Amino acid sequence: MSNSQSAENGTLDSAIPAGPLPEKWTKFKSKAPLINPANKRKYKVIVVGSGLAGGSAAATLSELGYQVKCFCYQDSPRRAHSIAAQGGINAAKNYQNDGDSVWRLFYDTIKGGDFRSREANVHRLAEVSTNIIDQCVAQGVPFAREYGGLLDNRSFGGAQVSRTFYARGQTGQQLLIGCYQALEKEIAKGGVEMFTRTEMQDVVVVDGHAKGIVVRDLVTGEISSHAADCVILATGGYGNVFFLSTNAMGCNVMAAFQATKRGAYFANPCYTQIHPTCIPVSGDYQSKLTLMSESLRNDGRIWVPKSKEDAAAIREGRKTAADVAEDDRDYYLERKYPSFGNLAPRDIASRSAKEACDDGRGVAKTGLGVFLDFRDAINRLGEDTIRARYGNLFQMYEKITGDDPYSVPMKIYPAVHYTMGGLWVDYNLMSNLKGLHVLGEANFSDHGANRLGASALMQGLADGYFVIPSTLPVYLAKETPGKVTQDSPEFAEAEKAVKDRIDKLMSVKGTKSVDSFHRELGLLVWDKCGMSRTKEGLEEALKRIDEIRKDFWENVRIPGSADGINMELEKAARVADFIDFAEVMCYDALDREESCGGHFREEYQFTEADEEVQSGFTNPGEAKRRDREYCYVAAWENNGPGVAPTLHKEHLEFENVELAVRSYK
Amino acid sequence: MNLTLKVWRQAGPESEGSMQTIEAEGISEDASFLEMLDVVNERIVEEGGDPIHFDHDCREGICGACSLTINGVPHSKQQGITTCQLHMRKFRDGDTIWIEPFRARAFPVMKDLMVDRSSFDRIIAAGGYIDVRTGSAVDANSVPIPKEDADSAFDSAACIGCGACVAACKNASAMLFVGAKASHLNKLPQGQVQKDERVLGMVRQMDAEGFGNCTNQYECEAVCPKEISADVIGKLNRDYVAATVKEAVK
Amino acid sequence: MEIREKSGNYCLKFYLHGTRLASGFVRNIKQAMVSLIQPVISFWNSSIGKKILVALSGAFLVFFLIGHLAGNLLVFTGRGALNDYAQFLHEMGHGKGVWIFRIGLLVALVLHIAATVALTRQNRSAKGSQYAHNATMRASRSSKIMIWSGLIVLAFLVFHIFHFTIRVNPELADMADPAQPERHDVWGMVIKGFENPLVSLFYIVALTLLCSHLSHGIASMFQTLGLRTGKTKDASKIIGIALAVALWLGFISIPVAVMTGLLKADSSGYSDTKASVIEAQIAKQ
Repeated sequence: MSNSQSAENGTLDSAIPAGPLPEKWTKFKSKAPLINPANKRKYKVIVVGSGLAGGSAAATLSELGYQVKCFCYQDSPRRAHSIAAQGGINAAKNYQNDGDSVWRLFYDTIKGGDFRSREANVHRLAEVSTNIIDQCVAQGVPFAREYGGLLDNRSFGGAQVSRTFYARGQTGQQLLIGCYQALEKEIAKGGVEMFTRTEMQDVVVVDGHAKGIVVRDLVTGEISSHAADCVILATGGYGNVFFLSTNAMGCNVMAAFQATKRGAYFANPCYTQIHPTCIPVSGDYQSKLTLMSESLRNDGRIWVPKSKEDAAAIREGRKTAADVAEDDRDYYLERKYPSFGNLAPRDIASRSAKEACDDGRGVAKTGLGVFLDFRDAINRLGEDTIRARYGNLFQMYEKITGDDPYSVPMKIYPAVHYTMGGLWVDYNLMSNLKGLHVLGEANFSDHGANRLGASALMQGLADGYFVIPSTLPVYLAKETPGKVTQDSPEFAEAEKAVKDRIDKLMSVKGTKSVDSFHRELGLLVWDKCGMSRTKEGLEEALKRIDEIRKDFWENVRIPGSADGINMELEKAARVADFIDFAEVMCYDALDREESCGGHFREEYQFTEADEEVQSGFTNPGEAKRRDREYCYVAAWENNGPGVAPTLHKEHLEFENVELAVRSYK
Repeated sequence: MNLTLKVWRQAGPESEGSMQTIEAEGISEDASFLEMLDVVNERIVEEGGDPIHFDHDCREGICGACSLTINGVPHSKQQGITTCQLHMRKFRDGDTIWIEPFRARAFPVMKDLMVDRSSFDRIIAAGGYIDVRTGSAVDANSVPIPKEDADSAFDSAACIGCGACVAACKNASAMLFVGAKASHLNKLPQGQVQKDERVLGMVRQMDAEGFGNCTNQYECEAVCPKEISADVIGKLNRDYVAATVKEAVK
Repeated sequence: MEIREKSGNYCLKFYLHGTRLASGFVRNIKQAMVSLIQPVISFWNSSIGKKILVALSGAFLVFFLIGHLAGNLLVFTGRGALNDYAQFLHEMGHGKGVWIFRIGLLVALVLHIAATVALTRQNRSAKGSQYAHNATMRASRSSKIMIWSGLIVLAFLVFHIFHFTIRVNPELADMADPAQPERHDVWGMVIKGFENPLVSLFYIVALTLLCSHLSHGIASMFQTLGLRTGKTKDASKIIGIALAVALWLGFISIPVAVMTGLLKADSSGYSDTKASVIEAQIAKQ
């Protein structure tokens, strides 16, 4: 294990247009190159992923006339994990006349991201947010409405304006269905060729440009390649590196990580978002975690017993929550953050729960869980009011846990939910590997170190519907259509590399299941590179990852053959990449010697010695950013497994906002 | 808890399948049904066997991938949930559980419990959309929609495309699926322009895919994890007649 | 030569033009036919189209059953009334009415059966293989046996027509109304027919199956015709069951009355006043 190398060779050109911030996008659009309609149909575009970002990009590019091929590992594009987003989608419409504006949405997103995102990208996101709502309504997305027939909004994630559009608790589903329908429409018209149950295995690079991909047909096991004039990755986040997360079982980092092996840089992998209100793990068999809407924290009070003895008694079933007297309860968020109380931001609420459980005061059987108690709210407002507000959530909780939250408090624990890091892209959403464009959660660009609620859907659709259709010609206009075909030797080479890798996996013939490795890796990174990180922990993790990798390649067992449906093989290929990726994530966390957003380094927190604490501005224990040293995007160049990646920095310039300390006291 | 599983095993689309008896021992009652299968599979793999293949992804009841028929009922007898939301505490120690794939000719079995539901995508492609080019939309609030209509459209739009309706139907009819999509889009003012074309297109594709006909038993409604009402089928029938007549006299 | 060639060319042109016109005319007719028939064929070929035919023909048959029952119940008011009714049916529209009606019924019946048999075949093929462990959540028993209850009722119908309409049994065919010997004694025939316990039993069994068929069929009609909505769905179910049960009670009341001796052949069924009224009417004519 060597220390990471740092290189600032100026290869990272973010291509941000000149001019004042609010005019950049408009100016860009009026000056960006165009491709004439007769020529568009000569260009082939590959889109990997069919969620909000990929689906909307594929549909829109096809409408414009490009020949699109779209790939997804699911059996239908409608099943992409964007579908699981519950809360809503932000847009600076100001329909509520409550003072919202593009500027405010921009500022909230920059601040929420703890000043680690790019001003120009975030401002563009805020600008196109309003078009997204128009587009989705026209597609028939049934957003919630008021009695007058106009669109309803709610305030979400602690925002001071009501700018969140929603469709009950299934906003992601409705937006994805709208996007899926647009995609199916283009498939029917012949503009998009769809490949379902097909997983990307590699990017094909010809003369330094991404010109195709290698895929595995998950039904027949066939390895084939596809050539195009550019490649778009919209393959989501890497939350499943933690094994347990709120992501779907199939979510993986393979596409993005394979791209890094071909030269693309991975930016800010250590920025991972942990959501505080998930249902705790109940046992070793647990396969995924379920998110409960954050809105529960409006009326629920979070607590653990003051004494470890009471907590142990509850864990062992000798006591119940009701047996713990009021004075023996520690409502820790209310105690530490009197003005925000139970509504403290996600990262803070999550970390506090971890601290309480690390202290031996957790209440779930596994020791990892805290109470979210509605007793006082029910006494104050009545059960009917609570039922009206949270009925469906309570029902969902009861289905999963078997406990009735009206009579016993819920148990919650934080879980990995979203990953802000992703492939590095410039303003045009193109990675440093020319021709490779990255959209949605798969790129790093808009959320900085922490994402605000109701912003993920916004970014996915902004990238797909409105940004990439305008920025793709910046690259394509310089390319002769059809310049590279599958006849180029690079395709056969890439196919062979993929086949070799699969053969290697199949030939291990060990004794341990793929899941056992994934679980081991997940526990390790959750422990060492999860809610809080230390130098020692990360260094240890790097050592252990190396061991897991060795063990994996010697002892993994994949039954069956590679010629046909083989879900163990699919998982194995993904886990192999998670192992290598975890290494990069730990290097990034190790390099970033500060705390910001989803990245908390225990060494860098406010203490009694700090002026901000003495003045009462913030609490000891809060995240401490180091703007002078770390106000950069860390883009990592892959040097192969077990070798430290090379760091490339993109310095973030803040010309329009002032970097401030977040305080929630 | 210890259970006896009767599981449909089929090596591939062309192979003959049969029910296999598998003992599942030491299952926690807090585990979900799919986690129970994970545990069983992990043991099968460690013993050198071929694990039971089944479709699944989000495991929170929204993606529509999971698709098991449990004791003769798609997504089990528990109402309003998908298979992934079913927990083992709903079973008793010593139970025998029958696990079969969704059965319908239009959903051919691919392997074990995995079926091919791409016919649903083709039905949507035949008209289950509003044809609006990105960028051409008017302001979202320019057309007010009565709350009641928006809510009703949402109720139909809640469909997750899992295919349980087809699997539960003795005729393998897809009328609830098609009716839900038609009701969603036909209810909204944006959907009016293509209403007739949508209904005719989707119904014709549904027939071409080899789905059966509705004989009004409402099993579909009973097993739908999103509890979509069979009212949408009545609406589809009505809209289909109107569209046919209009097409004939056009 | 040139002129001839030219005129020859003209002739050819005229000829060609003529045939073109003619073939164009034929094509137009063909197109007109196709454009008329095409929608009918595609309606029949579609799943919903066939179901709508089933519902409409079923509705027609249900209305017939209601009328048939109303006429049948005249049996309780006596020989004269029922025989008058029968005579009216046979004589309306100069004797053509009953045939128009019969043809209408036959068409409805054939459509109903052809469509349901076609649907059932399609449905079985659509399901393909069955579950090893089968269970249902909501389907009513009646709905599961529709094709069988329908086919048994059809068999009964054939018997019923031979029995009471064509009257293959000379004992039933030769009965004359004692008051008006030139007309058939329908009343007497009904009672005599039902005095055979096997006939009554078959009748009751068939009618019970018909009741089962209708309890699902009538409610389904509302759904297939798009009349079942959130508000009307309970009503449609109740109407279906109520109508089916009412028809069942009405129809089986006759064999039951005959079997239990409430209706007897020796009671003439003529009251003085009624007989005199009828006589007066006949005299008027």
